Amino acid sequence: MAEIGLLGRLMGGILGGGIRVVDLTMTLQPDVPTIVMPPEFGQTWPFRMEEISRYDHRGPFCYWNNLSCGEHTGTHFDAPIHWVSGKDLPQNATDTIPVEKFIAHACVVDCSAQAAGDPDFLLTQDAVEDWEAVHGVIPPRSWLLMRTDWSLKHDPVAYMNMTDDGAHTPGPHEDLIPWLIGERDVIGFGSEAVGTDAGQAQHFNMPFPCHYHMHGNNRFGLPALTNLDALPPQGAVLITPPLKIRQGSGSPARILALVEGPNG
Amino acid sequence: MTTPLPPPKKKDPVLRTRQPTLPPGNRSREAQGLTAMAAVGRFALQVCAACGQVQYPPRQVCGNCLGGDLPWRDVDPVGSLLAETKLHHANDLFFRDRLPWRLGVVRMDAGPSVVAHLAEDCRQGMRVRLSLNLDRGGHAVMNARPETPGPNSEDDFQLRELTTDPKDRRILIVNGKTELGRALAQGFKAAGAREIFVGQAEPWKASAALDAIKAMDGVTLFPLDVTDTDSVQELAAVLGGKVEILVNNSYHLRPGGAVDRLDMNISREEMDIHYFGLLRLAGTFGPAMRARGADGAHGACAWVNIMSAYAQINNPAFGTYSASQAAAWSLAQCLRAELSPGGVRVVNAFLGPLDDEWHQMVPPPKLTPEMVAGRIIDALQKGREDMSIGAVAEEIADRLAENPKEIEREIKL
Repeated sequence: MAEIGLLGRLMGGILGGGIRVVDLTMTLQPDVPTIVMPPEFGQTWPFRMEEISRYDHRGPFCYWNNLSCGEHTGTHFDAPIHWVSGKDLPQNATDTIPVEKFIAHACVVDCSAQAAGDPDFLLTQDAVEDWEAVHGVIPPRSWLLMRTDWSLKHDPVAYMNMTDDGAHTPGPHEDLIPWLIGERDVIGFGSEAVGTDAGQAQHFNMPFPCHYHMHGNNRFGLPALTNLDALPPQGAVLITPPLKIRQGSGSPARILALVEGPNG
Repeated sequence: MTTPLPPPKKKDPVLRTRQPTLPPGNRSREAQGLTAMAAVGRFALQVCAACGQVQYPPRQVCGNCLGGDLPWRDVDPVGSLLAETKLHHANDLFFRDRLPWRLGVVRMDAGPSVVAHLAEDCRQGMRVRLSLNLDRGGHAVMNARPETPGPNSEDDFQLRELTTDPKDRRILIVNGKTELGRALAQGFKAAGAREIFVGQAEPWKASAALDAIKAMDGVTLFPLDVTDTDSVQELAAVLGGKVEILVNNSYHLRPGGAVDRLDMNISREEMDIHYFGLLRLAGTFGPAMRARGADGAHGACAWVNIMSAYAQINNPAFGTYSASQAAAWSLAQCLRAELSPGGVRVVNAFLGPLDDEWHQMVPPPKLTPEMVAGRIIDALQKGREDMSIGAVAEEIADRLAENPKEIEREIKL
């Protein structure tokens, strides 16, 4: 009998042996909102789908569609080249990032109670240090995922939560990101809202700190995640490969998590 | 007096919907001159440049002096009703469906005697006012009404076959998130529309215009994004059998041309909203509306395209926008031909600059939403199909008719 190797044990876990696969991805459909920019700026395309054929005169054998959307639509991967601070870094685009970086450990900080009471809730360094006191220090090259249950807002108006001073959605505090990079060496930051930064982040002293610092240090972003409530505080493994787009700044991605526990 | 229009009833689901038929449509090339006048609401006939004789019906040479120069001139449209009759039998299917039908002979003060459709309250010997109207087939006919119309005159059964009056009809306004969309909703409400449906895209972006519409009675909002085929198909499935007047007021203006601002994203958005958006609406709402063109006194009757006058001549300051408008205009011509078998009229309104944020740097005159909405509703009530709204659009139309080269060279100023 052949020896069961590392990957064999992994597959054994996935095939009923105590590893669950959790889908952290929104369904791509036309009413998925995309980030709002001032109208005089360039705009990202929303997700659109045109049927090529459906077993009919246009193609009797097959059903298939043409798609269009921006790179940053739905649940997606943000590459460092997305931000001006990451524009000159090596291996900063979807086609050049080393592929081993697309599989990484995840820490999940549950902010759902705070976000329910305050749409502008910001996750601070202090709060994450408190979390570490309970759940352990964030290991190097981990994702930090901010669970807010924001993805349960299926009405796009509530999800975007815009008023005349911009969006009101939770995100990281300005003080958190440099600490996560410098002291914890995270691989990136993930959240449930339309972007990794808070809705009001354009008004911060350093606008969009998560984008600026993470991408400026060749780290990544995972916005618009779902099902973070199904992940443990520590221990999940994320599989996050974006499409291999030449000089891509990101791409919609099917984000999966491997979680130890009873198979569903 | 005129019999009041019966209020619209809910559709009886066991009765077959009356199929659209069209009145006889053969016209000579000269007679299509009448169509051109009816389309814009003018009452003009050929007038001999040599002897001044007013000609009717249109012809190639003057009936008096055989002169060949017969320019179209606005003519006093009044006269006396010499004779009236009521048609009780017709082999033509259009009139057979609508009997009895009143006809008369009017002696115009300007000279000719004409056969005209008669309003219910016209009586022999009465002073009447003629108008040139488009019939359901899109051809010009003469229509006579008392010089001083009596009560309910807009309810006249035969007149409603010639016009596209929004009274008691159900209206779809495609975009409720502009001030023009708001003014249209209020205007149609005041014009007696039965119901008003208003589309909204990207609901997460707030709109003061939409908030004002939400506060109105008799208005229902629906999700509608003309860049999303699914969204348009879904709404057509829900509302296609109800919409009697569709108003496509989709609008996406960004300044810039081709050489000085190459931006494929902006240009594609303009085409997606103005051209492909109209295409999606046409392919989904068009079949249902065409099938309901003869569905009683309140059947589907009009499709309004609100476009820029720069559809007709490119303004390079809004170069790619103008091109997308030209594409939409061309498609509107296709739509006009395709909807005509149903008797549904395509009404094209060409606008000068609106007084909005995208025309901030454009000097006056600029159009208010109320002015545009008012002109469009008036045109529907009168049964017109082409209009230039505002001084800029009117000037463009005049200068294009006179010398297209001249305006092509000068418009960039």
